[in-house]
Amino acid sequence: MSDTILELRGITKTFPGVKALDEVSFELRRGEIHALMGENGAGKSTLIKVITGVYQPDSGQIFLDGKSESIRGPLDSQRLGIAAIYQHVTCYPDLSVAENIYIGHEKAHPVTRKIDWKELHAKASELLRSLDADFGSRSIMGGLSVAQQQIVEIAKALSTNARIIIMDEPTAPLTKRESEDLYRIAEALRDRGVSIIFISHRLEDMYRLASRVTVFRDSRYVGTWSVDSISRDELIVAMVGRSITQLFPVRKVSIGEEVLRVESLSRTGFFKDVSFSLRKGEILAMTGLVGAGRTEVCEAIYGITRADSGRVFLSGEELKAAHPSEALRLGIGYLPEDRLKQGLVLEWAIATNVTLPSLERFSRLGWMDRRREDAKAKELAERLEVKANSVHDLVATLSGGNQQKVIVAKLLTGDMKVIILDEPTKGVDVGAKTAIFNIMNELAAAGYGIIMVSSEMPEVLGMSDRIVVMREGRVSAILETSSATQETILGAAMSAAETERA
Amino acid sequence: MAERSISVDRPRGLRTFFLQWEWLLVLIFVVVNVINSNLSPYYLNLGSLVGSTNAFLDMAFLVLPMTFVIVLGCIDISVASTVALSAVIMATSFNAGLPMPLAMALCLVVSTACGLVNGLILVKFKELPAMIVTLSTMIVYRGIAYVILEDQASGHFPNWFSFLGWGSIGPLPFILIAFAACAVLFGLLLHKTSFGRKVFAMGNNLTAARYSGIKTDSVIVAVFALTGLMAGVTALFLTSRMGSTRPNVAQGYELAVIAMVVLGGVSTSGGSGRIGGPILAIFIIGYLTYGLGLVNIKANVLLIIIGSLLILSVLVLNLRFGKGHRRPASPNAKMIAAGKAPDAKL
Ligand SMILES: Nc1ncnc2c1ncn2[C@@H]1O[C@H](COP(=O)(O)OP(=O)(O)OP(=O)(O)O)[C@@H](O)[C@H]1O
Ligand SMILES: [Mg+2]
Repeated sequence: MSDTILELRGITKTFPGVKALDEVSFELRRGEIHALMGENGAGKSTLIKVITGVYQPDSGQIFLDGKSESIRGPLDSQRLGIAAIYQHVTCYPDLSVAENIYIGHEKAHPVTRKIDWKELHAKASELLRSLDADFGSRSIMGGLSVAQQQIVEIAKALSTNARIIIMDEPTAPLTKRESEDLYRIAEALRDRGVSIIFISHRLEDMYRLASRVTVFRDSRYVGTWSVDSISRDELIVAMVGRSITQLFPVRKVSIGEEVLRVESLSRTGFFKDVSFSLRKGEILAMTGLVGAGRTEVCEAIYGITRADSGRVFLSGEELKAAHPSEALRLGIGYLPEDRLKQGLVLEWAIATNVTLPSLERFSRLGWMDRRREDAKAKELAERLEVKANSVHDLVATLSGGNQQKVIVAKLLTGDMKVIILDEPTKGVDVGAKTAIFNIMNELAAAGYGIIMVSSEMPEVLGMSDRIVVMREGRVSAILETSSATQETILGAAMSAAETERA
Repeated sequence: MAERSISVDRPRGLRTFFLQWEWLLVLIFVVVNVINSNLSPYYLNLGSLVGSTNAFLDMAFLVLPMTFVIVLGCIDISVASTVALSAVIMATSFNAGLPMPLAMALCLVVSTACGLVNGLILVKFKELPAMIVTLSTMIVYRGIAYVILEDQASGHFPNWFSFLGWGSIGPLPFILIAFAACAVLFGLLLHKTSFGRKVFAMGNNLTAARYSGIKTDSVIVAVFALTGLMAGVTALFLTSRMGSTRPNVAQGYELAVIAMVVLGGVSTSGGSGRIGGPILAIFIIGYLTYGLGLVNIKANVLLIIIGSLLILSVLVLNLRFGKGHRRPASPNAKMIAAGKAPDAKL
């Protein structure tokens, strides 16, 4: 049997106005983990959807085990042993884990059409056990963390006896620890003979996991390398088309007076006694393990939820009304963690999404000024290098990373004093990362106070002036970045017991 | 830093222009009129076409705010009861000695208050769906109307009051002029202002609207209050046309109004639609009723026709136009649909 399980030749896929894939090829070997990399909008997710039959290519051929196949839809790909875990976990939050695993291919009794749930639960439990899951088949999907939901998706893939599993940016929403778990699962699958395509913008994912890497740029195939034979810099050149010598810009730091002060903010069950302050021109990183309460604190400051006690002052004035409109009016902007649900109106154009938080600025006496709106959206989209033809392109048609840039643009329409960014570079390519960092740098230099929630150590250390480390809902340390190291941060982020385990 | 330039072009072209739902409505409208004119020789005559509008335009005032309600992803089935209650209060207060202009103002105040109550309950108790809240107030408002007037009629209004429902300015019925003015105002409000933008945003993704700093509660209350206000306007025109009022007036209006909005291409899942569709739908159903009335076709047959038209429109909208609305990447769609469920409880 040949070594190659899946091969794509000369695949082209166009959408109205965009060529998402241009004559690309791709080859996957049996039992390998193959990384697929490239900038936002390079066509990675589109390729995946071609392989799973969600999209039909305009031209090109797909070979499975050397045999030419045409994959007309998800059922075809399932029959052929292909399963994908999409960029955004797609689940039925109100159903149980077992139901989520078997939905679409539940086995019904041949005569009574009745589904034997007992058996399905047993099978699901077995799958979950083989994946070392720490939750049961009867848990409700919506109550699980993103990492746990991914495990369900993997279990779902296995339940269809998939030989090829594709993971589209699975590590983007995960913390380091959770990523480690995912690596182990992926390796275990590989050892069982499953072939894996792994998409990620994180170079460390690739070096840690993959044996080969294929790079796309601008919808074209650039090349395939064995991971050992390509250096970090070469890989970046392949992806971006230029070398990025400096990921983090040189900070022009000019720290002024205090702009935000948080005093013993508490919310039962989420965080307790959180106090810190932020000054003009300062970038404050907030880090910690997942579930440490970082997002919850930010949401309380922004007014999405109400804290039980404690106070927040903006330029010395206490924030009373807990509502985002009030926070925005006073100059606090927030980039939410979940971009699809909290950040975007997917069926809207870029322009209307960008101006949504500041409609008052783009209207006079309530009358919308569309020309000004378009101009501002154009300016910001170009500044953030959003890959789109027009500001009236629908956000739903943008690639994941470009959607993230649109949410960043939403923060730049108004006059802000404080900007809170919750994982701003999640799922964003290296080039765009530097663009976002540069903007953060510019904003800080212009006197904004910036809070950046992040789990990425290099980013925390490379971009911030001070670091607030949270653990189990409390601030466990506030460190000066100049004297902090990865170890001191991790030490503060983990409890004694966790440190031992790590 | 701008490496590539992004245009501000809107997607245009004949295809997108002609594929709009409104064209189908225009077609149905023409067909209705052609059939009518074949059925009855009295039909096709500009004077009677214009003149007949006062037979069906009173409920049209409700179609305008109902479009907002449905774009918001909500529903309001209490509107007909609000019409009855405000009309009854106007009539009894007038007959108790209140000057007519004040009684009319009271009518609008009462109806707005009814809408306001709906809105406030909705934002106060977020777990209650709009269907249930307005079903309850529908019963309560109608109940109050019966308590006030029992099964009586109340009328004897001054002569000038009949101008609303029967008067005309030049060749145009006053009600048509009033409706046209309201339609323009509501159209502008929905499509040209930041308020309308907020309504669409909330119908599409309530969570994102909230994270974007939109005062979602205020918008909901405002839309329901506006609906109440227009129920009062309907009450004025309806009462004027009938000359008196009873607690059971406007029975069934809520369904007719919602049917017109849906036939107009406004999706009941919220976030999409244009005001022109429901306005066309008003005239389609209005002329259908009028024309079939001329040839003595029974009202029940008419109901069957309207019901079938409605199912047809929903089907066609889903088949033909739903594709374009659906998100291109189906997994996203699924996830949004799933993610939106908890918000859809409005
Ligand atoms: N349904 C669609 N309609 C129109 N354009 C689309 C559609 N889906 C994708 N595109 C476009 O195709 C290009 C490739 O998108 P794709 O999602 O494959 O990128 P990606 O490599 O996965 O990027 P990211 O890393 O940001 O997720 C983008 O320019 C995107 O805007
Ligand atoms: Mg992608």
